[in-house]
Amino acid sequence: MARITFDNASYDCKENESVLDCLTAHGVPVPSSCKAGLCQTCLMRAVSGRVPPESQKGLKSTLIEQNYFLACSCTPSEDLEVALPEAGKGKIPAVVAGLEPLNSEILCVKLNPVGPFEYRAGQYINFFRDDSTARSYSLASVSSLDECIKLHVRKIPDGRVSTWIHECLSPGDTVDISEALGDCFYVSGNPEQGLLLIGTGSGLAPLYGIVRDALLAGHTGPIRLYHGSLTVDGLYLIDELRRLARDHSNFTYTPCVSEGEAPDGFSSGIVLDVALKELPKLSGWRVYLCGNPAMVNAAKKQTFLAGASMRDIYADPFVPAQP
Amino acid sequence: MSGSLYEKIGGEAAVNAAVDIFYRKVLADDTVNKFFDGVDMDKQAAKQKAFLTMAFGGPHNYTGEDMRRGHAHLVARGLNDVHFDAIMGHIGATLTELNVPGDLIAQAAAIAESTRKDVLGK
Repeated sequence: MARITFDNASYDCKENESVLDCLTAHGVPVPSSCKAGLCQTCLMRAVSGRVPPESQKGLKSTLIEQNYFLACSCTPSEDLEVALPEAGKGKIPAVVAGLEPLNSEILCVKLNPVGPFEYRAGQYINFFRDDSTARSYSLASVSSLDECIKLHVRKIPDGRVSTWIHECLSPGDTVDISEALGDCFYVSGNPEQGLLLIGTGSGLAPLYGIVRDALLAGHTGPIRLYHGSLTVDGLYLIDELRRLARDHSNFTYTPCVSEGEAPDGFSSGIVLDVALKELPKLSGWRVYLCGNPAMVNAAKKQTFLAGASMRDIYADPFVPAQP
Repeated sequence: MSGSLYEKIGGEAAVNAAVDIFYRKVLADDTVNKFFDGVDMDKQAAKQKAFLTMAFGGPHNYTGEDMRRGHAHLVARGLNDVHFDAIMGHIGATLTELNVPGDLIAQAAAIAESTRKDVLGK
């Protein structure tokens, strides 16, 4: 008989009993709906122990890699410690290793977490100003290429965390961050698949990580990155990305500006329109979308209608904090 | 041919193939796509997979009451027979596109049709 541990309490899971039935029988509220392994309402994560493969059927590959499973279709054969998806946001101290402006409003923040810190390029962390004030920032670094973890922090007018990061932080300061979260990252396998990445503003951060992670993993299929802003001043890492494109024949970088005439080397128009005009058929492609929520939501729908499978679309809308 | 409707249609692989085709048809259809504005597309695709599995005679635990509760907020926004008919059309067209024989399509359509009263809160 397997034991299920949830929130520091353990329960006996009867033979042929699902994790969902076991937990709810003991009064643990786990949301559920279809109870047939389909609707994904009862999504949970195994903190330790192995879950049976049938409990991961239909999940995105990035969720499978992080040991997510469906509680209704998980009849465990070994002991498990499980958590709900929103759990596990404990604080980790990190030392500020450097602060480097990327353009007039975006700062690259380099951090050295104290102790072990595992992440995948493209995931995000919560950055704490104090116990009750935190904001999410994506990881632009790649753990095997970069010594520090790197964030691209845009200064939001009156932003309580971004303004503090821009104006008050100094190298050597210790700050609190969460563990790495989110399912927007590169998964190896299927190296010939086309990758389309579209970002606006500091939404380039996770994409910059994902592109370098994919190239490092030996991805051979086309990798197409489109980065958009109102003007050229809003773009950044232009030289680094052009160099990366010169060094890797399967990678292209298209910077787009939506206001006024685009100078040489830049495309003119809304980044999503530019990308879909060049890639109108996305059947079989994997898609990563980050940045402005309106762009991300429109892009999710448009790339799906252009043929990308729902399971191959990874999106990370940068939803602004509510005051 | 023996086996259940679900097996004859092609089981889970058929549902996986059907869900993207079906959802694309729904989103492209101005009769019904307003009901899908602003929803989380991943969650919606998973729900549609559960619904299509049921229509294909596969394993599910949905009750009429679930269907009623799950659509009540849409009925309040005007969901009616016209929209239900449009969805029925998309189910048929999806299965036709997947080369499912006509008699099996009719069986799946009958299962989907049986939810009409609950979905529309009648």
